[in-house]
Amino acid sequence: MSPSSDAKTTPKITAQVVAKVAHLARLDLTEAELALMTTQLTGMLDHFGDIDKLDLSAVTPMAQPFPIKNVYREDVVVPGLDRQEVLDNAPAPQDGRFRVPPSNGSES
Amino acid sequence: MSNASSAPSHATVLPNGWEMVIGLEVHVELDTKTKLFSASPNHFGDEPNTNIDPVTLGLPGALPVINRRAVELAIRLGLALNCTVQASTFHRKNYFYQDLAKAYQITQYDQPINIDGFMMLPGDVRIGIERAHLEEDTGKSTHFGGTSGRIHGSDYSLVDFNRAGVPLVEIVSRPDIRNADQARQYVSELRSILLAVGASDAKMEEGSMRCDVNVSVRKAGDPFGTRCEIKNVNSIRAVGKAIDYEARRQVDVLESGGTIRQETRHWDDAEGRTHTLRVKEDADDYRYFLEPDLVLLDPGAEWVESIRASLPMLPAARRARLSQLTGADKESEAVYVIVERGQDDYVQLVADAGGEPARALVYVQQAFSEAGANPVVPAKDLAALTLLERDAKVTATQAKTILSEIVANGGGDAVAIAAAKGFEALDTSAVEAMVDAAIAAQPDAWAKYCGGEEKAMGALVGAIMKSSQGKADGKVVTALLQKKRG
Repeated sequence: MSPSSDAKTTPKITAQVVAKVAHLARLDLTEAELALMTTQLTGMLDHFGDIDKLDLSAVTPMAQPFPIKNVYREDVVVPGLDRQEVLDNAPAPQDGRFRVPPSNGSES
Repeated sequence: MSNASSAPSHATVLPNGWEMVIGLEVHVELDTKTKLFSASPNHFGDEPNTNIDPVTLGLPGALPVINRRAVELAIRLGLALNCTVQASTFHRKNYFYQDLAKAYQITQYDQPINIDGFMMLPGDVRIGIERAHLEEDTGKSTHFGGTSGRIHGSDYSLVDFNRAGVPLVEIVSRPDIRNADQARQYVSELRSILLAVGASDAKMEEGSMRCDVNVSVRKAGDPFGTRCEIKNVNSIRAVGKAIDYEARRQVDVLESGGTIRQETRHWDDAEGRTHTLRVKEDADDYRYFLEPDLVLLDPGAEWVESIRASLPMLPAARRARLSQLTGADKESEAVYVIVERGQDDYVQLVADAGGEPARALVYVQQAFSEAGANPVVPAKDLAALTLLERDAKVTATQAKTILSEIVANGGGDAVAIAAAKGFEALDTSAVEAMVDAAIAAQPDAWAKYCGGEEKAMGALVGAIMKSSQGKADGKVVTALLQKKRG
């Protein structure tokens, strides 16, 4: 479950990797788009490769670019959306619910 | 829930030196008023799609803001599970499914809020808790058409988003569990802890507590085998059955030369077996990345310590305390049941009122199964009854009768009830006179008994109990007969 943290070797982006990511995102890319994305993603990862070459031992890792933390909301109910209004915008409401095609996706 | 008691183990033992390795992932819905990232109600059983808002529906531009109470409850649970509470972040777990409007679930990944805890099970078995992290629940889809009512082969689904965004904590155990009994004890104890700290109502039947079970088998001492994850395990009983079934299935496969595929399986409670649901995806397929709409969650030592200070005494400590008070084993059924019902404080009150603790434990277990944590019967009334029985002023049977009357009336003077029912204890000389009379009336039985025929005692005891109209204490009668025989 823990993510890999091997930062020193920049993984190579291939057309196969891009095709896999595109499939996971349900993106239907043409061959030309696939080639373009491969070039662009390679450029991005190369940039991180450049950063990795720097001595960053004195830099505190940060999870977010924002200098704030702990933004909370109190546990108080606020009226939400009207069901009818929402369902009127849905292509196929039925019995107060959203009717959707069967999914072949994964149930988690 | 008596499943937790350490009654003699009936755990299935696998053949030929195979051993089960079990880890549990338990999802619990936190008992908040609103959702994790929005202000719609967190309420079970409402009309479909009545607790929805832009965040719940993943409408463009909607931004999540974390519910402080959900964080507090997650920390309460983490501390109760002996976890370290740390600064944490949220990630997006990306996948496509009808009940996930945003196409990602906000969850915690490499920096969860609670890590490295443990839970103790009967017999000093320690089960590690890897993590207990915050995440949002999904909506609920119901599948229609097809043959099975399940997703495969269905024609369409109807989706209700009331549950989407409800705060969950997922508690991930280490693979330290070795049999179905321990797994049941773990779930049962976790449920008790959740109720004790007020984190969740933990109703498996309503889905506010849900178990996924990871099972593998190995020869003792070998590395871990390939595991399967079992879903749809919806009761503590099913946890045990699913584990026993799955472990035996894996042993059968391996012993016949096959291999175990890492996959997700579905527990069919009616059929009592598991089916392949899907072959496990790589974790990478979820394309986790930091949730850009949320900032660092860093509760800080001060808040964490104030939460720790506000925790109630936990079930294990309460069982230990009750055990010490009453002399009953801390892993006994009575101790588990009384603490589960929250009646250990009441037993203490009876003891404080001068009652005899061991008998108080028995009475409370017998008489107050429906009474809740605070029985209406005044503790002093129960205390008086324990003393009557302890001092042999009434027999155990008579005490039970008096107890029923006290319970039925919400209280009562045990001495007065005993008197009204003619339970006035017979003093030993009166019982002795009856014993002498019975011996005189049945010289044959007496001779046989004196000759070593123990069964002959029955006729004598019966006659004495009859002439005393049940007022004589059976134990006293027996002791007198034995004494007279010499």
